[in-house]
Amino acid sequence: MRPLERIEGREKVTGRARYAVEYPVEGVAYAAAVQATVGRGEIVAVGTAAALALPGVLAVLSCENAPEVNAVDDGELALFQSRRVSYRGQFVAAVVAETLETAREAARLVRVDYVSEPPDVRLHPGHPGIYKPDRVNPVFPADTERGDPEGAFAASAVRVDATYTTPAEHNNPMEPHATLAVWDGDGGLTLYDSNQGPSLVRDTAAEIFGLGPDRVRIVSPHVGGGFGSKGTPRPNLVLAAMAARAAGRPVKFAQTRQQMYSATGYRTPTIQRVRLGADADGRLTAIVHEALEQSSTVREFAEQTTTPTRVMYQAPHRRTAHRLARLDVPTPSWMRAPGETPGMFALESAMDELAVAAGIDPIELRIRNEPDAAPESGLAFSSRNLVTCLRQGADRFGWAGRDPAPAARREGRKLIGMGVASATYPAYRLPNRATARAEVDGTFTVRIAAVDIGTGARTALTLIAAEALKAEPERVTVELGDSDLPRASVAGGSGGTAGWGTAVVRACEALLPMLEEDRRPVEASADTTAEIEAQEELARHAFGAQFAEVEVDVDTGEIRVPRMLGVFAVGRVINAVTARSQFIGGMTMGLGMALMEESVMDEEFGDYLTRDLAQYHLPACADVRDIDAFWVDEHDPHLNPMGSKGIGEIGIVGAAAAVANAVHHATGLRIRDLPITPARMLTAL
Amino acid sequence: MRPFAYERAGTAEEALAKHDDDALYLGGGTNLVDLMRLGVATPARLVDVAHLPCDRIERGADGGLVIGAAVRNSDLAADPAARRSHPLLVEAVLTGASGQIRNQATVGGNLLQRTRCSYFQDITKPCNKREPGSGCPAREGEHHNHAIFGHSAACVATHPSDMAVALAALDASVRVRGRGGGERAVPLGELYRRPGEDPSRDTALEPGDLITAVEVPPLGLPSRYRKVRERASFAFALVSVAVALDVEGGAAGGGTVRDCRIALGGVAHLPWRAHRAEAVLRGAPATAESFLRAAEAELEAAEPLRDNRYKVPLATNLIARTLTELTER
Repeated sequence: MRPLERIEGREKVTGRARYAVEYPVEGVAYAAAVQATVGRGEIVAVGTAAALALPGVLAVLSCENAPEVNAVDDGELALFQSRRVSYRGQFVAAVVAETLETAREAARLVRVDYVSEPPDVRLHPGHPGIYKPDRVNPVFPADTERGDPEGAFAASAVRVDATYTTPAEHNNPMEPHATLAVWDGDGGLTLYDSNQGPSLVRDTAAEIFGLGPDRVRIVSPHVGGGFGSKGTPRPNLVLAAMAARAAGRPVKFAQTRQQMYSATGYRTPTIQRVRLGADADGRLTAIVHEALEQSSTVREFAEQTTTPTRVMYQAPHRRTAHRLARLDVPTPSWMRAPGETPGMFALESAMDELAVAAGIDPIELRIRNEPDAAPESGLAFSSRNLVTCLRQGADRFGWAGRDPAPAARREGRKLIGMGVASATYPAYRLPNRATARAEVDGTFTVRIAAVDIGTGARTALTLIAAEALKAEPERVTVELGDSDLPRASVAGGSGGTAGWGTAVVRACEALLPMLEEDRRPVEASADTTAEIEAQEELARHAFGAQFAEVEVDVDTGEIRVPRMLGVFAVGRVINAVTARSQFIGGMTMGLGMALMEESVMDEEFGDYLTRDLAQYHLPACADVRDIDAFWVDEHDPHLNPMGSKGIGEIGIVGAAAAVANAVHHATGLRIRDLPITPARMLTAL
Repeated sequence: MRPFAYERAGTAEEALAKHDDDALYLGGGTNLVDLMRLGVATPARLVDVAHLPCDRIERGADGGLVIGAAVRNSDLAADPAARRSHPLLVEAVLTGASGQIRNQATVGGNLLQRTRCSYFQDITKPCNKREPGSGCPAREGEHHNHAIFGHSAACVATHPSDMAVALAALDASVRVRGRGGGERAVPLGELYRRPGEDPSRDTALEPGDLITAVEVPPLGLPSRYRKVRERASFAFALVSVAVALDVEGGAAGGGTVRDCRIALGGVAHLPWRAHRAEAVLRGAPATAESFLRAAEAELEAAEPLRDNRYKVPLATNLIARTLTELTER
C-alpha cells in the first residue's frame, strides 16, 4: 500500500478536531471532584453547606446523597457508593456548578470528615499480604513451570541471579480523561468521552446506570492519547453522568492533570528476580523469572510481567511466577505494553549480564537461544524473525565495531557505550463487526466503532478498505469513534488494526459482488466472530531488536542517548508513515522509562507525589535525538487478511533494557533499578 | 480557584497604589497562576505589572546592564547587548523552563518564583512555607531534589530560578520601590533569605515592594553557566553552577587566580554563592587541583538529607569541571 498521511492531521493541527469536553451544548454545567485526604479510612460526614452557599453551585454529590448505581467488575467505578476510602486521592464527592471556576472553588469548600488509619503503601518482598493471583492480565496463568529449574540453575556452568526493579509509572496522555454527559428527555444517555473503546464503554455505562445498551451512546471521534489508561471507563464518566442527572443539565468533567495521578490507572511498580543458567557456550539450561507487583484493595489487577519470558528463549528447565500485594493505593492498570515492558527490561538486562558472564556477544547469545517452537506452549510460531531483526539492526547500527569490554570508549569527560535488547509482543485479534457501503456518487463509507487514539487507526483502516475495495483511498470514508457504529473491540493489546481490519476487509469483500448489480447505495456487513474462533492455534507474536548508544558524563552522571535504532518484524506494515511514528513513539517511551519516568509514592501520606508534567519527567524534544525504526519483510499468512501484526506497543518493549545495557557497556556499572537518574549514576560511579 | 479582582497598572506609582495586603503583583503568571489554580496562592487582588514601562534593557556607560523587571525572559536572552556583555546571564536564562514559558515570564517574576517542592504545591499536606507551623514532610519524605545548604528544621526547599544563580555570581542588585515611596537598591545576596524559622518568606522584600529593574555590573571575565538535570531540557536543576574566573595572564595560562565568582543553584533556599570556594581559589594557581580543592572546601559545609547525598559529589565535580573548562577554552 502506498503510505498515507494522517487523514485528520489538518483538523488536529488547526484545532478543529473536537475532543470530549469541547462539544458545544446548550445549558452546560461543570463538575469538579473532591478527593480523599486520607489514605485509608471511612467517611464520617460530608459538610456541604459552605459549598452550596456559593452562588452558582447546583449540587454536591457524595456517599451521603448519590443515587445507587449498579456495581460492575471495576470497583473504581462505584462512585460515592460507600463510605470506605481505599486510597488517598480517591474521588469522594463532586460539585456541579455554572462555571468550572465555581465548581472547583466549591469543591475546595466541601468538608469531609474521616476516621482514618495509616495507609499501607510500600511494596516490598517482606510484605505479609503477598499472594499468588489466580491469573494475570488478561487470562494467563500466574505461574508456569517445566523440568527442574532450581536444580538445573544450580548445576549451570554460567549463572546470573539478579533482582531488577521498575517504578510506578503513569500513562500521561495529552488529553485528560474527560466526559461530557447529556441525558435526553426519555432517560437516554449520550457521553462524549475520551476512551479506547466506545462499544465497551457503552456496555459498562449502560450496566452502571441500569439502561439498555441501545439507550446509551458514546461519542469519541478524536482521542488525545490513552496508552492503555483509557482502555476501560474511568470515574470521570460516572461522575459526569451522575452530575448531569443531579443537575438536570449537560455536565462537562475533565480530570485535572493532578487528578490523573490518582484516578486513571498506572503501571505497577515491579520487583523482579531473574535467574539464568547456561552452559559454557551460553545455551540456556534454566530460566526463572519471578515478579512481585502491587494492586489496590478495590480490585485485583495483576500485570503479566513475566509472560514474555514464556515465549522468548529456549531452555529445558524454566519457571515464571507472579505475586501480588494489595495495598492502599489506586488500582494499577494497562500502560504501554503491560507485562512485556517491565518484564523484558528484566529479562533482557539479565541476558546482557549472561553475555558478559559467558564472554559471548549479546546478539550471538540471543541467536544461540532461539527456540524452534514457543518454549512453553510448544505451539509453532506463525512467524518469528527475531534473528533477522538482530542481524539487520547490528548492520545498520554499526555493532561490528563495538569493543565488548565495558568502559573502553571515552571521549573527554564522557563514557560511550552501545547496548542491545530483544522485543516481543503478542499479535492479538478480537471479533468485530463492520459495514461497507457503496454510495450513489461512487464513494464508499465504512463504519465500525473503532477509535483513533492518535495511532493513525482511521488512516490505516482507510487504506485497508481501499485495498479490499480496489478503490483509491480518497474515495473511502471510514466512520469510527461512535458506539452507534457496528460493535468493535478496544484499541488495546496492539490488536486494533488486526481485529477491526479483518471486519472491514470482510465487509468490503461482501460488498464487491453486490456492486455488479449496479444498484447504489448498497451496504454489506461482516461479523468476524466465527472466523476468529475457527483460527488455527499458533504462537502469534511480533519480534524486534532494540539498539541504543549512550553517553555518560563521568562528573555529573547525566546520561544522554545520541542514537536509538529499532528493527521490527511485524508482518505487513499497513501504513509506513504512521507505523514509523508509532515505533519511534514507543522507543521514546522506552527512553523515558530507562532514564526519567517515575511516580514517587509518599509513604507518609499514601499518594503519588509526582503530580504534574514538571515533576513527572517524560522525554523532552531535546532528549530525542537520532531515533530511527525499520522493519523487515515478513509474510505471515496465519494472521489476518492484511497479514499484519500489531505495532502499537512493541516499540517500547526492550528499549529500556537496550539503554541500561548501553549504560553498562559505557561504564561497567549495572544499574538494575529504573530510572537511571544522575543520582543513581553518581551513587554507583 | 478563588474569585479575585484583576487590575492592570500602567505605572509603578499606580501599581503601588493599587496594592494592598491581600494583593499580589502579576508578571507573566507562569508560576503564580499555577499556584492559584492549586489553591496555594489565594490573592484577593492581582495587580498586573507586566505592562509597566520598565520593559527595556539599558546598557550603562560602564558596560553594566539595567534590565527592566517587565522584560520577558526570551527578550533578555535575545538582547544583542546582553549576549555580548553578559553571556553568563543569557546562558542561565536559556536553560530555564521552555521557549513558550520564557516568552511569557518576566525578569521580576522569575526572581520571585516559588519553590516547586511537592508538599508546598499540595494544599492537602503540611508545609511550613505555605502554612507556617504545619510542619515539613519533605525533611523525612521525598527530598531527592531539595537543599543541601542553609536549610532549617522548618524547610528544606530550594529556589528554582536559573537566572538568579547567574545574577548572584554577577553581584547584581534589584531596584525596589516600596509603599513608603522612593527607590532602593537591594543586592541579590540580601534579597533572598535562608528559611530559618519562617520559610513563608522567600525574600527580604516588604509587602507591597515592587521590583522595577535588575542592575548588573559589568563582567569582563570568562564565565559559564552549567546546569545538571534529569532530562536535556525543561527541568529544574539538580545542581547548577555559574562561574567566572580572572586569571593573571589569561585563563588558559595556568597563572594565579586574581578573582573568581561561583554560585550554585538547586542546593539551597536561595542562589548559593560559594564564598568558601572563592576564598580558597583566590591567589591559588588556576589548575584542576585547585578547582577541586576549592569545590571540596565549599561542599564540606553541606548538610545533605537522606536522599540527596548525591548532590555533594555532583556539586563538587560540577564546580571543578566548569572552572577547568573555562581555563581550557
